[in-house]
Amino acid sequence: MSMPDEANQIAVQGRGVLKSFRSGETKITVLRGTDFDARIGEMTFLVGPSGCGKTTLISVLGGILAAEGGAVSVLGEELAAMRRGRLPRFRLANLGFIFQQFNLLPSLSAAENAAIPLVAQGISTGKAERRAAEFLDRLGMGDQIRKMPNQLSGGQQQRVAIARALVHEPKVVICDEPTASLDASAGTAVMELLGEAAVSEERSVIVVTHDNRIFKFADRVHHMADGMIFKTESGREAAESGVL
Amino acid sequence: MSRTALRMLLGDKTKCLGLVFGVMLTTLLMCQQISILIGLLNRAASVIDDAREVEIWVMDPSVTTIDVPFPLRDTALPRVRGVEGVEWAVPFFKAGTQIRTRDGRLDGGFIIGLDDDTLIGMPDEFVLGSAQDLALPDAIALNPAGYALLFPGEELQLGKEIEINDRRAVVTGIVDVLPTFNSNLLIYTRYSRALEFTNNGRNEMSFILARASDPARVAEVSDRISTQTELKAVPSSTFRNESIGYILSNTGIPASFGTVVVLGILVGVAIVGLTFNQFISENLRQYAALKAVGVGDGTLLRMTLLQAMFVTVVGYGLGLLAAAAFLAGASNAADGLAGFVLRPEIAIGVAILAVLMVLASTIVSMRRVLVVDPATVFRG
Repeated sequence: MSMPDEANQIAVQGRGVLKSFRSGETKITVLRGTDFDARIGEMTFLVGPSGCGKTTLISVLGGILAAEGGAVSVLGEELAAMRRGRLPRFRLANLGFIFQQFNLLPSLSAAENAAIPLVAQGISTGKAERRAAEFLDRLGMGDQIRKMPNQLSGGQQQRVAIARALVHEPKVVICDEPTASLDASAGTAVMELLGEAAVSEERSVIVVTHDNRIFKFADRVHHMADGMIFKTESGREAAESGVL
Repeated sequence: MSRTALRMLLGDKTKCLGLVFGVMLTTLLMCQQISILIGLLNRAASVIDDAREVEIWVMDPSVTTIDVPFPLRDTALPRVRGVEGVEWAVPFFKAGTQIRTRDGRLDGGFIIGLDDDTLIGMPDEFVLGSAQDLALPDAIALNPAGYALLFPGEELQLGKEIEINDRRAVVTGIVDVLPTFNSNLLIYTRYSRALEFTNNGRNEMSFILARASDPARVAEVSDRISTQTELKAVPSSTFRNESIGYILSNTGIPASFGTVVVLGILVGVAIVGLTFNQFISENLRQYAALKAVGVGDGTLLRMTLLQAMFVTVVGYGLGLLAAAAFLAGASNAADGLAGFVLRPEIAIGVAILAVLMVLASTIVSMRRVLVVDPATVFRG
């Protein structure tokens, strides 16, 4: 795998990204040729009102949806050029995901859930769960590793989801509304944890949110509306303005 | 990811039990019904099977089953004996008769008369007594199921007296043979005595039992007997298949048992299909999350296949145990139910059917896992 562009340390880049969906006879254009950058070592926010295309854009950037036009590269690799079978392996090796609804497997313990990416990579279950348990311990969940998701609070479940997203040390972490299912204090705690655990000099973190209370955690904020990014500012500027 | 797949399945105890129950029920029904059907069909040929030393059965050309013989002329026996390649030929009598016990119990059964000198056609195993005892006056041998019919609840015992068509008969042996298709009650005796019991005179020979001088030329000798005597002569295996074929063609039994087996499969498909589909539906978001994380389609397919095979193996195993216990229990409970056994070939056949049934039931669900859009996990 080639290294990201050394000049600007871009981890994820989208240029002129187009995406539309069909609903019966109607074609709905969601992304209208938008550009996007996320740098290594930064936490990049993608904000905007509901329905503006944020989720579709991160799905395309994460290689989960295919763009209809434009170009998307992650860690220097063009996603469109990858063979269909390679894309899941690329995601498994290089990307971590945190979902709004956590999406933990209800019949697996916290440690087993957090170990999934490692197990999927072929690491033995025992070794994977030990590493996951260590990671959960770093996230303050050391005494909860054997608990099932339904025995954990929303904040604790999101910590397990963070552990699952980071345990295999991906270069890019994509978070979809990580605080939407949490109350204010739990949301702030999760973002602090994410900032401490996820952001590093070798990793880029992309967060989709419309929660302006957490803008202060961002290094850069892309504002999106109607399928296009129309403004980019620093996290501090965004926090001060508080405008989506 | 195998452990993850099994944990997902076992974590949902209700559906896991439902799936296992579906496979178990189908396995039990298929094993039990097919075993009973094959047991019944084997009974149609049990008298042929028990006459182990016989290689060729000779009969009237119109006969197609051992249960419906047509009398042969007495002169047929020396003609068969005279055919080149025949080592020996003996008469064989089989007819329905009425039996009455001393306490007035009346029942029907089959009386089998064997050559007075050789007793060829006599089964080997005796529970009580011996073949030689048939030389005693009025001597007969009963099968255990027949004894239980005539003397219900009584221990097997020699010396019991019965009346066959108003003639005295004494039980001098209990012969270890299965009931036939048409009757649980079988009476073995010498040929001449069988004719006396049934009040028949000349020309009442049901079959001629023969053996070829050269065991490798049984078919050839059979053809020669047919050509030279204008009687029907077939190897034992052929007559066995004809007798079973008669039951299959002329009774509703195969359709009846077949219907239960097919219904068992359909019920299994319905239970397993619907439950597995519900299990997959409820976990579809989790499968989508695994896809988003980067778990490939091949791995997900293996996970769902493993889940399907797990319930197949457990359900099949329990169903097999239940069927074996049922058949063993039935055999021990009554002599008339003896001989219905769970054969290895039935177990293997049902295993293949169970796997096919689960695959057919789950294939739609597996497709849903493969086509689920991982982007759904981003839609709150």
